[in-house]
Amino acid sequence: MRGRGLLNLRAALAPVASGVCVMVAAAAVLVPALSGDGPSGASGSAGAGGPGTARAAQAAVGCTPQNAVQSLRPSPGGGEAVDRIKRHGQLVVGVDQNTYRWGYRDPNTGKLEGFDIELARAIAKDILGPDAKVVFQAVPTNQRITALQKRTVDMVVRTVTINCARKEQVAFSTAYFQAGQQVLAPRTAKITGFDDSLRGQRVCTAAGSTGESELSARRHGARVLTVPNQLDCLVRLQLGEADAVVTDSALAAAQAAQDPTVQLKGKPFTDESYGVALNKDDVDLVRRVNKVLDDYRGGGGADSPWMRAYHTWLEADLPGISGPPTPEYSD
Amino acid sequence: MPATPSAPPVSSMPPASSAPAGSASPPAPGHRTAWADGLDELRAAATTEPGRLRVIGAVLALLVLVFGAVTAWQVTDRTAAADDVVERSQPLSAAAADIYRSLADADTTAAGGFLAGGAESKATRDRYAADIATASQRLVQASANTRASDPAGRQIATINSGLPRYTGLIETARTNNRQGLPLGGAYLRYANDQMRTELLPAARALYDAETDRLAGDYAAAKAWPWYALAAGLVAVGALLWAQRRNYRRTNRVFNKGLLAATGASVALLVWLGAAHAVARSGLSDSYEQGARSLRVLNEARIDSLQARGDENLTLVARGAVLTKDQKDFYEVGFRSGMADLVGSGSGAASAGSRLGAALALADDEAGRQPVREALAQVRQWQARHDQARTADDKGDYEQALAKVIGTDRPTRESFDRVDAELHKALTHEQAEFRSAADGGRAAFGLLAVGAAVLAVLAAVGAVLGIGRRLSEYR
Repeated sequence: MRGRGLLNLRAALAPVASGVCVMVAAAAVLVPALSGDGPSGASGSAGAGGPGTARAAQAAVGCTPQNAVQSLRPSPGGGEAVDRIKRHGQLVVGVDQNTYRWGYRDPNTGKLEGFDIELARAIAKDILGPDAKVVFQAVPTNQRITALQKRTVDMVVRTVTINCARKEQVAFSTAYFQAGQQVLAPRTAKITGFDDSLRGQRVCTAAGSTGESELSARRHGARVLTVPNQLDCLVRLQLGEADAVVTDSALAAAQAAQDPTVQLKGKPFTDESYGVALNKDDVDLVRRVNKVLDDYRGGGGADSPWMRAYHTWLEADLPGISGPPTPEYSD
Repeated sequence: MPATPSAPPVSSMPPASSAPAGSASPPAPGHRTAWADGLDELRAAATTEPGRLRVIGAVLALLVLVFGAVTAWQVTDRTAAADDVVERSQPLSAAAADIYRSLADADTTAAGGFLAGGAESKATRDRYAADIATASQRLVQASANTRASDPAGRQIATINSGLPRYTGLIETARTNNRQGLPLGGAYLRYANDQMRTELLPAARALYDAETDRLAGDYAAAKAWPWYALAAGLVAVGALLWAQRRNYRRTNRVFNKGLLAATGASVALLVWLGAAHAVARSGLSDSYEQGARSLRVLNEARIDSLQARGDENLTLVARGAVLTKDQKDFYEVGFRSGMADLVGSGSGAASAGSRLGAALALADDEAGRQPVREALAQVRQWQARHDQARTADDKGDYEQALAKVIGTDRPTRESFDRVDAELHKALTHEQAEFRSAADGGRAAFGLLAVGAAVLAVLAAVGAVLGIGRRLSEYR
């Protein structure tokens, strides 16, 4: 009860808090996000590297790469969608099983774990109480949008990049992680980032991924090798068939976590904000999830659930992040 | 014996031999070649009846001996080809099938063991190791019988260089998997890709090359010995002609020597024809019932292995690899493997499918029974597979995994039964092949030796028969 009351208080204060925090946090973490040259808005996909489900030419009305991350204001209340979930007594969440540290199934325990999984559990706990039943459903990259539209899942928490094309099909929560395309290479390599140090190198990226379109736009003299899945790039790197990998920083970090001899090089050179994807009609659920996210971020405090999850899952390979991205609202 | 010869008095020996000799003497005798002498004698002989008889006798003996020699030669050739079928090319084709199957089985087993993770059973590990060992041993056997420049030799080289790489990838996959890293799955998929795109196509090409060699040996063993048959007909024809001529000139119906020669030649001709017909039918049977069935069954086994591998990999990849039209790559592979195996419908296997073809080729109940049983198990496998897919699609990975590699009516059980039934069918067809081919081979038996003996007998008969006539002129 006490927890619930506290959450509600925080929710009520959230807009204010976020308004206050926005300058500081943005200056600290989100410089790229606000810099405005967001290629992520237009480019197709992120996540595990499958082709974007939709590359709608026409973005949602008024949606620009700059304001794509804006979502609805949080609300602790409910509505049709929240009631439906309560009636079913379980939350069905679409997740990834293959991305280390984010959403993956430990082959020895058979259990799913990671940053995304923990967030999904927090959402379920808020809606359904402490003994919440969460059904994790593995959705491949290409099924993320479809699963929401067909309502086979209530939400997707699976490193989904927020962009205007997708906002035509689904709704997004506020951003819960700030990522971007980045270069991964062996520690000993002379590669310094997404620049001319790639000249003559064999660079691996997933077919149909944002990395591939970035490389075709700015090749930097690299020879490009495409593979079905981003993790295949680490295999090629270890076998000496590739010299560097271009992928999402979150996924690159997941690769670095599996091989201590490789590391992220340079800074992310695109902006990609991850959000929880929901059915477009579930407005009440969007607001509810945004409220949970506000609590989760805890205003960016050192002891917030977000920071604890970051320490647990991501810090080792994505060091130097001082707090969650600041939520932005459209209403 | 009773009647007097009609012609002899007219042409007597002396003029026949003296006239040419007289005309030949004026040129310096030292410059006469043996060849010219022979020609002259022949010319002289042709003009007198004893001379003609001598020529006829020589030609008859020669024809009969040629018949015998050609028969012995062609039958030896065919016997050697039939031996090759049974002792060389069929075992090599079986070795190639073993390589093909072991490689596919290793890949499938590795994926199955991978799914079990740290709980991978000793049986699974042993099976994988045995598969790799079998493939390596059979490769040595195959390469010992193959020149490196042969098409088969090139495939052997490809497999030999690819296999260590493949096993290296599998071990890396295992190591990563044991540490709980998803990277292991990526290695396993890469290993599978190698197997699918390099090793298995090479193994298949090797199997095809060895099967072609088998078919070539069959064709060589089954080819009709036309030269021998033609030589036999000519010899018998010449003997009959000589006897008819004899009868016309002497009114004697039988010449014992010529009769014996004819008898021996006809006997050899009939023996040759009959033995060949029997051998041909035996070899044809072994090809139709054995070799073709073996081929279809081997392919069915590979199909089921690959379908099983894809089923395992669907759970390993968990949607990480998609086809162009956004379907799960491995699930698509499973379905196409099943379509090759039993066709797309339900119930009986479609005629164009492997099991349909195997059923049609099986010529007895003992051959059909395991194929039918395999089909029933495939249907059960498909039903269980659908349950596993449904569970996985609902997000219940645990249940899907249990349905595939668990203990309560899993698809693993169905697959193992399919494999066992196909193995049973293969063993049966192998025995059928062997007994039919041995029967065919036995038909040639003593024919080569018999041909030599009969031909010599016939030649002796012909010479004696003609000699009998010649003696009447002395």
